[in-house]
Amino acid sequence: MIAEAGLAALWLAAALAILQIVLAFGPAQVRSVAAAPVRSIAIVEGALTVFAMAMLMWVFERTDLSVLLVAENSHSAKPWLYKVAGAWGNHEGSMLLWVTILGLAGAALAIFSRRLDTKTLTAALGAQGALALGFFGFLLLASNPFARLNPPAFEGRGLNPLLQDPGLVFHPPTLYVGYVGLSVAFSLAVGALVTGKVDSSLAKAMRPWVLGAWIMLTLGITAGSYWAYYELGWGGWWFWDPVENASLMPWLAATALLHSINVLASRDSLRAWTMMLAMIAFSMSMVGTFLVRSGVLTSVHAFAVDPERGTFILALLAFYIGAAFTLFAVRSGRLSEGPKFELVSREAALVGNNLLLTVILGIVFIGTLYPLFIEAVTGDKLSVGAPYFNAVAGPLALLLAVLVCIGPLLNWKRDSGEKLKRLIVPALVGVTVLSIALVTIPGSLLAKAGLGIAAMLAISAFLPLIGRKLMRTPLSTWGMVVAHFGIAVALAGMAASTMLTKEVLTAARPGEQVQVGPWLVEFESVTPTAGPNWTALQAELRASRGGGVTVLKPQARYYTSPPTETTESAIETVLSGQLYTVLGKPAEDGRWQLRLWWKPWVTLIWLGGALIALGGMLALGGRAWRGWRRERER
Amino acid sequence: MKLLRFLPLALVGLVVAALVWRLANPPDTNVESGMVGKPVPAFTADATLPGKPSVSSADLSDGRPKLVNFFASWCVPCVGEAPVLTMLKQQGVPIVGIAVRDRPADLRQFLSDNGDPFERIGSDPQSKLQLAFGSAGVPETFVVDGRGIIRMQHIGPIEPDDVADLVAAVKDAR
Repeated sequence: MIAEAGLAALWLAAALAILQIVLAFGPAQVRSVAAAPVRSIAIVEGALTVFAMAMLMWVFERTDLSVLLVAENSHSAKPWLYKVAGAWGNHEGSMLLWVTILGLAGAALAIFSRRLDTKTLTAALGAQGALALGFFGFLLLASNPFARLNPPAFEGRGLNPLLQDPGLVFHPPTLYVGYVGLSVAFSLAVGALVTGKVDSSLAKAMRPWVLGAWIMLTLGITAGSYWAYYELGWGGWWFWDPVENASLMPWLAATALLHSINVLASRDSLRAWTMMLAMIAFSMSMVGTFLVRSGVLTSVHAFAVDPERGTFILALLAFYIGAAFTLFAVRSGRLSEGPKFELVSREAALVGNNLLLTVILGIVFIGTLYPLFIEAVTGDKLSVGAPYFNAVAGPLALLLAVLVCIGPLLNWKRDSGEKLKRLIVPALVGVTVLSIALVTIPGSLLAKAGLGIAAMLAISAFLPLIGRKLMRTPLSTWGMVVAHFGIAVALAGMAASTMLTKEVLTAARPGEQVQVGPWLVEFESVTPTAGPNWTALQAELRASRGGGVTVLKPQARYYTSPPTETTESAIETVLSGQLYTVLGKPAEDGRWQLRLWWKPWVTLIWLGGALIALGGMLALGGRAWRGWRRERER
Repeated sequence: MKLLRFLPLALVGLVVAALVWRLANPPDTNVESGMVGKPVPAFTADATLPGKPSVSSADLSDGRPKLVNFFASWCVPCVGEAPVLTMLKQQGVPIVGIAVRDRPADLRQFLSDNGDPFERIGSDPQSKLQLAFGSAGVPETFVVDGRGIIRMQHIGPIEPDDVADLVAAVKDAR
């Protein structure tokens, strides 16, 4: 009955979505004049999707093997946490999670955006309902997560061992909240284009959504990067894999949107542009979901390809994105662009930020889809990898980082450039670091420039605080400072680890010693060991660099259900970096493949990512607090 | 300017068309070298062991078709491939080895354990030569004709069943 209750909730939610669309966009006789009915429907719909998701988690928790999805993807011998998280470790469940978050976002929009113009809100909720309906349809017609298996299976097939990791518990929900949170910005943009009311009050209503989704995307990408780093055993933190790019593209669009929305909110300018970015951001989310779920691009996230499902999602996103951009093409001409800019002003710097981010987005987009276009047109197969992305997007990203030093020091409207003098010290520090790197370290110029610019930005990020009373500085300003400082930290980590990493790939016998960077690693032994649903060969490595000895235990694991081999790297984190060790295959003569990396400062990359997200949280918290206080004073 | 507003829509159409095409034509995941049919890249690979000559692109266009085998002492499938390479050598196929990311001592041990079918062995300490050939892993083997043109690529270890095909390919490459 649990599965049936979940299914019934989904059908009800789909019916409500139809009602929501009719009330928002239907013929004049039935269209709702007030926002209240549409809002109530959106809230109930959100509750129903949460209920359906809870039911799915429940059948997974009980390992109910009469449910097809559980039998195919779970196993009674799995740890409890992975049983529950397994609900979204498969196609149907993860689509349900996607729809649940979409429903929740619609409900939250209905609850919190009361200050928005009624017509715009109604139209936005209608758009949100239309989005939800398509994906409800997809679940109910092509990907029913609650389908029964008769007779029930005796035992489940188990979950892909790569996914049996705490990362699975958080990574998909975090990214999905980010992806789908952008749907609200999309719906609001559609609503505003329908009513023609694109102004600063719309920007203020949209801003927390963009900020919230952007925080989650930042966290999701940072966590996903770390997961790939330690779980895949390849030692890299970014591979320009199509699925990574699929998460990076909405982030780039959302980052641009986050900045342009401030121009719209403060100066009532960049109207059409901001609406277009809002549409692009969520369109990129949908394209990302499609790329991941359909398996059309070859990637580490290789999911089973089902052409029927792929076609269904593709049709949905072609319809939504096509409809949105048709609306944009027809309506955006009516919007005036608002006041003009001075060349030296905060808004001009933000336009620079937007242009650079958009170009980088274009570069990633082209690089990701170029092989597909070429193969479709000429039949040639090729792949686009790190050399292209680094060489083309890298310099632009560095230019953007320099602009981050400058922009926050400028005033809105008009600026004499007086405060730019404060940049002299950071610029000198940056040039010094660059010169030292040029002389002392071999490696790419891009990475050295990155290190210099990171040093400059690390100091410049705090300059906007000069002359302010720190206690009275708004939290949103602190948020900006912390996020920009986070960029400097992440950039420093990327540049330093790229230049300084030492790699050793060797075959060694127990008892032998291997030198990697400053570390002397002694290969002690390989012994068998076992866990709840795996067995492993575990190496014992004693690593030291002068001082004390650290023991690392990398494993080669064999999972029984389903039968799979994985490598579990062992990582020693110290202040100045990470020693990363992987146990490979045995050779016949008693030697073992060992892969050792010394990666100086690599941890800064994820620390920076976390700081960027923290900055977003401070800004969001600050704005929410001010909004709440203003509400209370009334 | 008016037409510019339709640009995003046109881009969406283009991308959707490409994705529809991809759904209709699912991808083939074998990574084939783009170098097949082209001359070998110009290179010189240092000798790794005393008494074993080095390899350069000139050595690969000396009029005799041959096999270029990318291998390594740390590569487990290469151990299984070794007897098959010896078989090919016995049938008169010249084989040139490229040792990928290897150390002389390990290499010497590998050859004494598994036999040495190689005329020459060049070292490729950073996998640069391997990438220049368009090879994605070890072992991989290329058929190079007498003029130094890559005729065929064999991905993964050569199995005994592949020997006849490779011998024929080397004969055709004359």
